[in-house]
Amino acid sequence: MEKWKSFTSSSLFLPVVALAVLVIFNAIFVDGFFSIQITEDGRLFGRIIDILNRSSSLIILSLGMTLVIATSGIDISVGAVVAISAAVVCTLIGGRGDGVAETPMFLAILAAVGIGVLCGLWNGLLVAKFKIQAVVATLILMTAGRGIAQLMTEGQIITVYYKPFAYISGVIPGMPLPTNIFIALAMVLLVVIVMKKTSIGLFVQSVGINATAAKHVGINVTMVLFLVYAFSGFCAGVSGLIESSFIRAADANNAGLNMEMDAILAVALGGTLLSGGKFYLGGSVIGAITIQTLTTTMYAMGISADQLPVVKAIAVIIICLIQSNKARELFEKWKGNRNDSASVTTKVKAVE
Amino acid sequence: MAQALLEMRNIDKVFPGVKALSNVDFTLHAGEIHSLMGENGAGKSTLVKVLTGVYPRDGGTVRLNGEEINPRTPKEAQECGISTVYQEVNLCTNLTVAENIFIGREPKKYGLIDWKEINRRSKELLKKLSVDIDVTKSLDHYPVAIQQMVAIARAVDVDAKILILDEPTSSLDEGETARLFKIVRQLQQRGMGIIFISHFLEQIYEICDHITILRNGELVGAYEVAKLPRLELIAKMVGKDLNDVKDMDKMAEKSVPHEEVFIEADHVASFGQIADVALQLHRGEVMGFAGLLGSGRTETAEMMFGLKPVTGGSMKIKGKEAGLRHPMDAMKAKIAFCPEDRKLAGIIGDLTVRENIILALQALDGMFRHIPYDKQVELADKFIDRLKIKVSDREQLIKNLSGGNQQKVIIARWLAANPELLILDEPTRGIDVGTKTEIQKMAVELAKSQGMAVVFISSEMDEMVRTCSKLIVMRDRKKVAELTGNDISSEGVMRAIAGGDN
Repeated sequence: MEKWKSFTSSSLFLPVVALAVLVIFNAIFVDGFFSIQITEDGRLFGRIIDILNRSSSLIILSLGMTLVIATSGIDISVGAVVAISAAVVCTLIGGRGDGVAETPMFLAILAAVGIGVLCGLWNGLLVAKFKIQAVVATLILMTAGRGIAQLMTEGQIITVYYKPFAYISGVIPGMPLPTNIFIALAMVLLVVIVMKKTSIGLFVQSVGINATAAKHVGINVTMVLFLVYAFSGFCAGVSGLIESSFIRAADANNAGLNMEMDAILAVALGGTLLSGGKFYLGGSVIGAITIQTLTTTMYAMGISADQLPVVKAIAVIIICLIQSNKARELFEKWKGNRNDSASVTTKVKAVE
Repeated sequence: MAQALLEMRNIDKVFPGVKALSNVDFTLHAGEIHSLMGENGAGKSTLVKVLTGVYPRDGGTVRLNGEEINPRTPKEAQECGISTVYQEVNLCTNLTVAENIFIGREPKKYGLIDWKEINRRSKELLKKLSVDIDVTKSLDHYPVAIQQMVAIARAVDVDAKILILDEPTSSLDEGETARLFKIVRQLQQRGMGIIFISHFLEQIYEICDHITILRNGELVGAYEVAKLPRLELIAKMVGKDLNDVKDMDKMAEKSVPHEEVFIEADHVASFGQIADVALQLHRGEVMGFAGLLGSGRTETAEMMFGLKPVTGGSMKIKGKEAGLRHPMDAMKAKIAFCPEDRKLAGIIGDLTVRENIILALQALDGMFRHIPYDKQVELADKFIDRLKIKVSDREQLIKNLSGGNQQKVIIARWLAANPELLILDEPTRGIDVGTKTEIQKMAVELAKSQGMAVVFISSEMDEMVRTCSKLIVMRDRKKVAELTGNDISSEGVMRAIAGGDN
């Protein structure tokens, strides 16, 4: 009972409820939602695995976005950075028909992630040093980013035939799950460990809640901002690898399209306020999975891709309403009433 | 006696877990200036908020001119004739003065806003309060004092019967306060009932007729000002014996400075902020910066903490050129700074008391040397205990504490970093009398027992006179006098500020 109580008042409660509602809906209306099969070569297969697979890059993006939003900033350039990273990795490996890599893959990966960090540092420079509003500062790269990606691919969609490249978002022979799920897991673990073992989380929150006071206790606000934007760029770089590996190509126009909005939504669904301050990484991860579950559900129900945004919008509105302060209040009231009546019945029993 | 203007009877207000008001009575007559007194958390603001409809009350009745009223929102209260001017001016500084006065109730002509009428009536209103300004300029053109007048003008225009002034003078200097009082008296003569809340005893005794004292959400009593000596008032507020208070008022002996100089400024200047300041601060010395608002006392402190650049002269710490460019440089030199504006630059509202306490130490250690949770708890508990910070537990959010306790947390934050110089800028502003004395005592005690150098800045003269071993008097961004020993007196400081004596 105590455990239940502390769970219902924890920040994770509502995001989990929102996801649970979706899952229950799926369990009823989608056949075989929970079934997981094992193929002959030991791979796991099923809707849930598919959701995790497809949500991996969004999970990674939302990690970076959470920290940026916690400093009361925002990074709307991540979608474009995904495209840049995809362009870098694909051009470096090259689209040779004989399936030979022009550059060793690990170097290409390093370069792609490195470019992502560089993009993040650029955003950090504008926000932290030049004090440009975060939306405006990252808007620059959001619009210019796809152009940069186009330049790199020379306006072509570069298809990569080098086999190992597909392993990033596919299954390495002998492994049970696609690699990108492990990558997402590793990123989440990395962030959790960093948050536990260092004071970065505390500093990020301090900057987000009251930057002036943070400066007055000696926190290097500029450096904290640089760090979070660079990390967001890093996340976008990694996502770019996953996204391009899915289609084994760099599509400068469509890679990571609108993903920044999904990432922001994931953070919001996770319970982090867009005004900054307290942040909930676990919530953001659940938020990202929720968004992907929604998409997968829609496809499973036979809703066409054109109508998807409408249905998604409706579902998002409902989820946001569930998590609104008003709903929280109503829920607390309801809990209070129930407790009262519960205590009355126990009293009655005691009298008897 | 004539019928009371406002009668509040048996008011109850419960917050989750706390009884904020229980069975409180309050009576206000027309043409009376009535003060609400009590320590922080005694229930003053809660009573006001119940009256103005911000909080619904849980019991009791409110009668205005004999008729029962139940305002549920500040707007409804205003329609009943109850207007409030809050501590922090809550106007829009980017709108014009006239717009601020008429926002939300603009006079219309043919369905459009009648600007001429607005400007004319605003001008008239302010003239009545003997403020003659251009009402078409935006509010941020004017100093806080004028903004306060505008807020009052706005409040009294809506046909107010009762005007509530919540800490109206906390950001005003003496001249401005005098002007405000003149206006308040005018309003009193018009038969308005005025509720005046302030921490400044002087002002209460200057302007108020009656005092209602609250303690822990309960009514202590209502008194006539003329018949209530100050000490008795304080005794009633803190709920202690008169003799205890006398003890409290008698400061412990002042600290005697050591030989060793901690920080030394030689004709330092900071462009546009400070013109010329020379000082020598020893270990174990409590040094006060006196002067009017804007005299450069806060700026000097900020310069010592690396928040303002030194552009002229030299500043040495322990004999070495200081070269402070960031707060962190100062912190590494063992300097701590509790800023003047607690809300803006001090507390990190959504963090817990524990996190707020360890923050400076953590910043000093750097983000990669995380203070283990157990150690944080130990530190937090130690200081909560030592400074007697009133919290429900260490994980309470600091924004939910009273002003005095927030200030103590900020001081704890710096003590945790083991400073050798502690700068306290207005540490007692907006804090109840009991906590004020505690903080003054602590400043002296730290200097005495730990040999800490302390800088104490305050607008309240008697507080500085009691606490400091040396006083630097500033005027127009310059040091104009340095007082030590027996020269430290309110009179001496005032003469130095006025410039009659060198």
